[in-house]
Amino acid sequence: MFVTQYIKDVFGAIKSLGIGMRRTLWYFVRPKEIITQQYPDNKDTLVLAERFRGEVVMPHDENNEHACTGCTACELACPNGSIKIVTKFDITPEGKRKKAIDQFVYRLDMCTMCNMCVVACPSDAIIMANDFEHSVYDRTKLTKILNKPGSKVRDGIE
Amino acid sequence: MWSLENITKSVDSWLNLQFSPTIAFLIEAVIIMVLVIGLFAFLGLVLVFMERKVSSFMQIRLGPNRVGPMGIFQTAADTLKLIVKEGFTPNNVDKFLFNLAPFIVMVVAMVVLAPFAFSKGFQIWDVNVGIFFITAVSSLGVIGILTAGWSSNNKYSLLGAMRSGAQIVSYELSAGLTILVIVMLTGSLRISDIINAQADGWWIFKGHIPAIIAFVIYIIAATAETNRAPFDMAEAESELTAGFHTEYSGMKFALFFLAEYANVFIVCAIGATLFLGGWMPLHFGENNWFNSIMDYIPGIVWFFGKTFFLIFVIMWFRWTFPRLRIDQLLNLEWKYLLPISLFNLLLATVIAIAGWHF
Ligand code: SF4
Ligand code: SF4
Repeated sequence: MFVTQYIKDVFGAIKSLGIGMRRTLWYFVRPKEIITQQYPDNKDTLVLAERFRGEVVMPHDENNEHACTGCTACELACPNGSIKIVTKFDITPEGKRKKAIDQFVYRLDMCTMCNMCVVACPSDAIIMANDFEHSVYDRTKLTKILNKPGSKVRDGIE
Repeated sequence: MWSLENITKSVDSWLNLQFSPTIAFLIEAVIIMVLVIGLFAFLGLVLVFMERKVSSFMQIRLGPNRVGPMGIFQTAADTLKLIVKEGFTPNNVDKFLFNLAPFIVMVVAMVVLAPFAFSKGFQIWDVNVGIFFITAVSSLGVIGILTAGWSSNNKYSLLGAMRSGAQIVSYELSAGLTILVIVMLTGSLRISDIINAQADGWWIFKGHIPAIIAFVIYIIAATAETNRAPFDMAEAESELTAGFHTEYSGMKFALFFLAEYANVFIVCAIGATLFLGGWMPLHFGENNWFNSIMDYIPGIVWFFGKTFFLIFVIMWFRWTFPRLRIDQLLNLEWKYLLPISLFNLLLATVIAIAGWHF
C-alpha cells in the first residue's frame, strides 16, 4: 500500500538518522576515545601497531649472521623490482662452490610495502620493520644494502 | 534589577537630552552598527572554532590545538591570514558583480538581524511584521550567491549557484510553512508578541504535536537553506571545488565564509525564538517558584544558550550524515517535507481554532 509505505519510509529514515546521531554524540562526549597521535611531540613514546609496514630489513644475530641464502625468491616476488640480489660463490671446506649472497640491494624509494618479499622468502630472512621516518635529502640514500658487511649465512640454512 | 532594557533606555534618554532627536537617532544608528559588526566578528571567530572542535571530537580527532590553549586563537590567526592575503580577481569576470556579491550576502545577513529580540526590550526594530520581514529578507541572500556564481566566469561556480538557487527556492517553502505554524498559534507576526506568548511555556511544549513536527522540519529546512552538509550542493567540495565561491580569495572569500556562519546563527536564532521562546526563560504555567528561579538567569544568556544549542544540533547533522545528491535533495523537499508540513499546517490550524494547545 502506497501510504503505509510512505509513512514507513519516513519513520525508518528518522530512526536510521537517529542511530547515526547517537554514534557521533557518543564520541563527542568521550574525548578519551580520541586516537590522534601528536607526532613530533610524542616521538619517544610513540607506539606503532605490530602490523605496520615501514621498510624491509634483514635481521642479523650477534655473530653477524643472517638467514638469507641468496635464492632470489624475493627478487622474483617483488612486483616492482625493488630488490636486486647479487650472488657470489663461496668455496666450502670440502672444496665445493656454493652460491651465497653478496649484496641484498633494496630500493626503498620504489618499495610499496606490499609484504610479498617477506612472504616469499623460504628462510624468513627478511621482515618488515616499523620505522617510518625515511625522509632524506638525497635520493641515492634510499638504496640500501641490507646484509651487513662481512656477514654470512647462518649455518644449517639451505 | 540590572537589565539590558534599562541600559538601552538610559542611553536613549541621555542622548535625547544632550542632542536634537535627529542627531540622537544618528548616534544610536552608529552604535547599533558597531554592535552588529562586533556581533558578526564575534560569531565568525567563535562559530568557526566551535565547528572545528565539534567536527574533530565527533571524528575522534583533536582539532586545532596549537595556537593558544586548546587552539582558541586559531580562528583569529586564520582571519589575520585572510586579511593579509591578496584579493585576487581573475581575468574576464564581471568585475562589478564579482566584487558586489560578497557584500550582498553580508548585508542581507546584517539586515535580517533588525527584528531579533536578544533580550527583554533589547531589540533593534520591533516591527509588526517581524517574522515576515525575516523570512522575506533572508531569502534575498540567494541573490548574492547567484551573482557570485554568475559573475565568476567559471562553470563550477555557476553550477553551484544554480543548485543553490534550486535548493533555497524549494526549502524556503517548508521553512515558511513551519514558521506559519507558530504564527498561527500565536496569532501575531510581531517578534515580541511571539516571545511573550511563550511566557507560560515554550511553543515546542505548548504546541505539542504540530509544534514538534514543525520544529523538526524547520531544522532540516534551515540546514538546507544555509547550504551546509548534508545539503551542501552549492559548495560541493568534491564535485565543484567550492561552488559559488571557487574564484574568491582573501577578504572577499572571508566575507562569504563569515556570511555562512552568520546565516547559521540567524536561522538558529529564528528557531530559538519561535520554538524555544527566544530570551524567555524556561517557564511552566504561571507564577510558581520554578519560574522565579529561572528568571534569575538573564534573557540574553537564555537567547544565546538556545541559539548555540541549535547551532550545535546543525553541526551535529553536518558531521553525521552523508551528503545528498541534488535529485535526492529535491525529492526530500517536494515528496516528504512539503506534504508533511502542509498537513501539519492544517493540523495546527485546527488546534489553534479549537484552542487545543496549552
Ligand atoms: S615489500 Fe613489496 S615492493 Fe617492497 S621490496 Fe618487498 S616485494 Fe618489493
Ligand atoms: S631474502 Fe629470502 S628469498 Fe630473498 S634471497 Fe634471501 S633467502 Fe632468498
